[in-house]
Amino acid sequence: MTTAPATTAPVTPTSRWRALTRHHLFWPVAVLVLLLLVNVPFTPDFFSIRMADGHLYGSLVSIVLFGSPLILVAVGMTLVIATGGIDLSVGAVVAITGALACSYISDQSDQGALSGVLLAMGLGLLAAVVCGLWNGFLVARMGIQPIIATLIIMVAGRGVAQLITDGQIITINSEPYKLIGGGYWLTLPFSIFVVAAVVVVTVGLTRRTALGLLVEAVGGNAEASRLVGIRSRRIKIMVYMFCALCAGIAGLMISSNTSAADGNNAGLWIELDAILAVVIGGTSLLGGRFSVGGTVVGALVIQTLTTTIYTIGVPTQTNLVFKAAVVIAVCLMQSPKFRAKVFGARFGSRGSATPAAAPADSAAATEAAPKMEVS
Amino acid sequence: MLSRRNFLTAAVGVAAAGGLAACAKEDDSSTGSSSTGGAKTITLGFSQVGSESGWRSANTTSVKDAAKEAGYNLKFSDAQQKQENQISAIRNYIAQKVDVIAFSPVVVTGWDAVLKEAKAAKIPVVLTDRSVETSDDSLYVTLVGSDFTDEGRRAAKILEKVLTKAGHKGAVKIAQLEGTTGAAPAIERAKGFKEIMDAEHKADWKIVVSQTGDFTRAGGKQVMAAFLQSNPDVNVLFAHNDDMAIGAIQAIEAAGKKPGTDILIVSIDGVKDGFVAMSEGKINAIVECNPLLGPQLMDVVKKVKDGETVERWIKTEESDFMQDQAKAALPSRKY
Repeated sequence: MTTAPATTAPVTPTSRWRALTRHHLFWPVAVLVLLLLVNVPFTPDFFSIRMADGHLYGSLVSIVLFGSPLILVAVGMTLVIATGGIDLSVGAVVAITGALACSYISDQSDQGALSGVLLAMGLGLLAAVVCGLWNGFLVARMGIQPIIATLIIMVAGRGVAQLITDGQIITINSEPYKLIGGGYWLTLPFSIFVVAAVVVVTVGLTRRTALGLLVEAVGGNAEASRLVGIRSRRIKIMVYMFCALCAGIAGLMISSNTSAADGNNAGLWIELDAILAVVIGGTSLLGGRFSVGGTVVGALVIQTLTTTIYTIGVPTQTNLVFKAAVVIAVCLMQSPKFRAKVFGARFGSRGSATPAAAPADSAAATEAAPKMEVS
Repeated sequence: MLSRRNFLTAAVGVAAAGGLAACAKEDDSSTGSSSTGGAKTITLGFSQVGSESGWRSANTTSVKDAAKEAGYNLKFSDAQQKQENQISAIRNYIAQKVDVIAFSPVVVTGWDAVLKEAKAAKIPVVLTDRSVETSDDSLYVTLVGSDFTDEGRRAAKILEKVLTKAGHKGAVKIAQLEGTTGAAPAIERAKGFKEIMDAEHKADWKIVVSQTGDFTRAGGKQVMAAFLQSNPDVNVLFAHNDDMAIGAIQAIEAAGKKPGTDILIVSIDGVKDGFVAMSEGKINAIVECNPLLGPQLMDVVKKVKDGETVERWIKTEESDFMQDQAKAALPSRKY
């Protein structure tokens, strides 16, 4: 996670406010809070959390539970985007992982056996990592544009998932498998713990070691970082594998949540939501700078938006238009130029360091001029 | 080390490509074309939408089995949800001079050109499952398929029975899980249900929330979880398919309520998992949407070939199931 820009000005209420609004997480969090508040008139007890069926229950719990897979996929995507790449294959990887794990479990005589479930998960995740290795290989070794390289598995992967499930929805009845995406532990959804672990490990690896800096260096200028001695190809392959692993865990969660593998629909379009979450979280699509914390908030924003659409009674035909309108508003609010024009200099003063939602051609990013910013 | 890694990735790539090729194949093997004595065997060209759901695979199996049963020479192809594949399959059938062409159209429009070619070649066309919009009605002979609007009506009718059986008193607050926005089954099932509701239960029934669950379990679960928060007083769920109902059941259970008791559930389709849920008492009634239209199709094909006139729309034979019939019907569910 990036640290807040240090302010040297004397601590006055104004400067504190300014420091707050300049924090890279300020706008994503503000949007999240706003979206949550929108729900209150429609769902009076939106923020209340009670016990039901031996676990905590409430809208906030649902948002985190259903948002978990998206958070995972988006965290993986963040690192890929930080290297100036993009991974469109995550949705297909979600489908493959779920399909493999569920079809393995459904072949077991005792579906509840822990060893079988662990083996199934291992198989699924192995397949996911192999997909990531393939993506990384194409991008880093073969020099194929990331958007094209990952498109291959995006299209073919769903077909593979359907082959595994034979075009059917595989329903399983396995208590241990149900835990990871639909179960509860210590009264909280178990998926929260999985997400927390992945986020902590990611932040730890990227910010407590030099790894994050290396990733940003590769994203800033792959050739320059190679010349200073960074093995940029290896870093790239690694981030694609990590991204696929995250997608694989998300795939286990999604299939576990409904105790079924649906090769056709599992993780459909999740790659787009994940990219959106990354952008809302303030990671530049040009690469070279990333914020895992921002991505988590971004994913929660998207999940909250989805829940909001369900609860405030937007007619189904206008769902997507509504979603698009909110996303446009969010992106505009994050743009310093837009804020400066509308609200005056006070909000827009962060200048170029503000994470703008840059709809840039990421494919060109690796060749672009040095633009590294360690924030 | 490096070469081994490269080899591994290459192997995966080859495997994936092989898989793709495998699903694109056209199954041209004639199923049971036992030429019976003097009478010429009927050759039927059938183009299926794809294999996107359990319902669809049951549909495919039914057509193949029925063709074998009837002793027809079936040329089957899978369009993988793409209209261009389907059009080229139909052109192939025209070139092969089959006796009758049947297909489940992927989309509603864009069929005029290829259907005119079939007409020029004097090959009758039968639609199955879904309809098309054409400029010229003579381009196809008949449609063998379900009446989605009627399924909606039947769902409303069976809900009456469910309410009586449960001894329900007071307002009926309905949550509706719609199918994919814009899809014919979603639009027409909602329409049929509303028709009966407005005509006969205007005073006490009300759809309080309605949202699309995209015909998927995950969609049904997520939307229902949100409904239960915003409208905790919902006491009836009408789902446009079983999969969404199954997802919703999980959300209802997570909220600490009992599906089938606290919230009465009516859904459409009748897939096996739906029947399993119904036999567990979690779904109250299912309106069947029957994919097993193979025998009816073969019947129609024979009539069309013999030049008999057939109805414009031959509706599939379907029934409704209440909970007490679930256990008995479960073993015979094929899909």
